[in-house]
Order: sequence, then structure tokens, then C-alpha cells
Amino acid sequence: MSTPALDKLSLGDVVAEAEYSLTRDSLVRYAGASGDFNPIHYRDDVAASVGLPGVLAHGMLTMGMAVQPVVDWAGDPACIVDYQVRFTRPVVVDPQDGALVRVSAKVGAVDAEARTARIDLTVTVHEQTVLGKAQVQVSFAA
Amino acid sequence: MPVNPELQGRTFPPVSPYLVGREKVREFSRAVFATNPINLDPEAARAAGHPDVVAPPTFAVVVQEHTLQQLLSEPDAGIDFSRVVHGEQRFRFSRPIVAGDELTATLSVTGVKTLGGNSMVTAESTMVDANGAHVVTAISTLVVRGDDE
Repeated sequence: MSTPALDKLSLGDVVAEAEYSLTRDSLVRYAGASGDFNPIHYRDDVAASVGLPGVLAHGMLTMGMAVQPVVDWAGDPACIVDYQVRFTRPVVVDPQDGALVRVSAKVGAVDAEARTARIDLTVTVHEQTVLGKAQVQVSFAA
Repeated sequence: MPVNPELQGRTFPPVSPYLVGREKVREFSRAVFATNPINLDPEAARAAGHPDVVAPPTFAVVVQEHTLQQLLSEPDAGIDFSRVVHGEQRFRFSRPIVAGDELTATLSVTGVKTLGGNSMVTAESTMVDANGAHVVTAISTLVVRGDDE
């Protein structure tokens, strides 16, 4: 496994980018894997009855997916030592077209001595940000 | 009914231990689009120095969920589940979760705030392994919407 050279990173460098195509199948799969069976994530009638614009992706699915480009950049999921997000905008998943989620991961801070970096995520759907303050602390100390 | 401010500082009894299964880690990994072999292949995980497959960073939510149920069903909490929106989430790791871990989670309510008719409840689930060593703390902020105008 090769670890990224922290001393070569500059603030604002984009270390990873990815696109994920979420479909209703993705939501059903995540519901089963996570145990979150809230029907607003798979039933249009229930989503409509509580005033939602449509079936929504689980916030935790968006969060879980958005960190994957950072995991692949770091080389090992064990490098992620802290990860936080705010859920600022729901992701509506169309029954036919799904939703395209774009992730861009930028360097927010580097501590070369401690061998850690803070990576800031920009996560968008239709050019609109869906997660706020999405920060990943990555450690290469081990 | 507003959220009971006396929830702040309350700690719940630990939930029964959660045994992290290898196939559950793989299933969860696929569900969050994780493709790293360390999440999926025990040989790759061992080659990277881990005892078994490593769970994706957000896997702890599966265990945390059991503790949040305690909070939502607390009789005096005043939390109407149908009005709850997930506001913020954080995971702070001492080490990653790996298949074979037996995690015991304990929930504490660390904050109850009221803001413009809504309540914000911050709950921390602290997870320790079979030896009692800290693995991860999952911190959720739930927004409980106030009564409709």
C-alpha cells in the first residue's frame, strides 16, 4: 500500500473526485444493510404523505458513500480517524433517473509532523450542496 | 410536547454487545459503494495489518441505532419520532471496527437546545470492545421539529 506524501500536499489540492449514481435499488440495499427501514426511503406514498418532494436517500448513505473517494486516496479505511457532516439538503431519488451525487475532496489542513490531514468534502446533487461541514480527518501515523 | 430539557446529561444502560460479522461488513461496504479490498477481502485486510475485514467509517451507525432506540422510546423524553430529522453526524475513532469485534455501546445525551421552536438533541454512543477499550464514539444531532403553526 502506498500512502500519499503529506509534505507534498497544499491547502485546496483536490485529492479525489467521484460520481455515484444512486437508484431506488441503492436505497433498498442500504436499508437492508443498515437496518434503517424508514419507509420515506422507499415508498413514494409515505414520502408524499409527510410532505416530502419524493423518496429520499438515507442521509447516512450519502455520508457513507461520500467518504469512499478519501478511503481510496488514503489507501486504507483504517486511516479515517474522524468524520463529520451536517445534513443540509435532502437527496431526492427519482424512481427512473435516480440521483447523481458528485464528491470532490480537497485538502483543508495538513499536520506533517502528526502525519494527519483534514480533507473537506464538497458533495453536490444538481449543482447543489447536500452536506455541510463535511470533514474527514485522515491519519497516516500508524 | 417539547423535548424534555432534563434529558441533558442522562446516560442509558449499555445495550447488549453487537458482534461484528464479516459478511455484515461486506454487505454494508457494498451498500455504501466501498470498493477497497480491505473492506471486502480478509486476505487483503491481513496483508494491511488488520485481523479481518475493516468496516467502512460509517458502519458504527448500525450499532448506534440500537442505542438511539433507547432514547426515542424513553417515556419522559418528549421526542416524537415522526418529527425527528437527522441534523449532524460524527464518528471519532480510537481504532477502526473490524470483523470479529464485540462492541458494547452506551448512550449519553450531551446536549438539548431549543432554537426557533425546534429542539436539537445531541447524543453520543460510546463503543468499547470486549476488553473494554474504546473503539469509536458516534455522535448524532437530531432536530426535533416543533408543533406546526
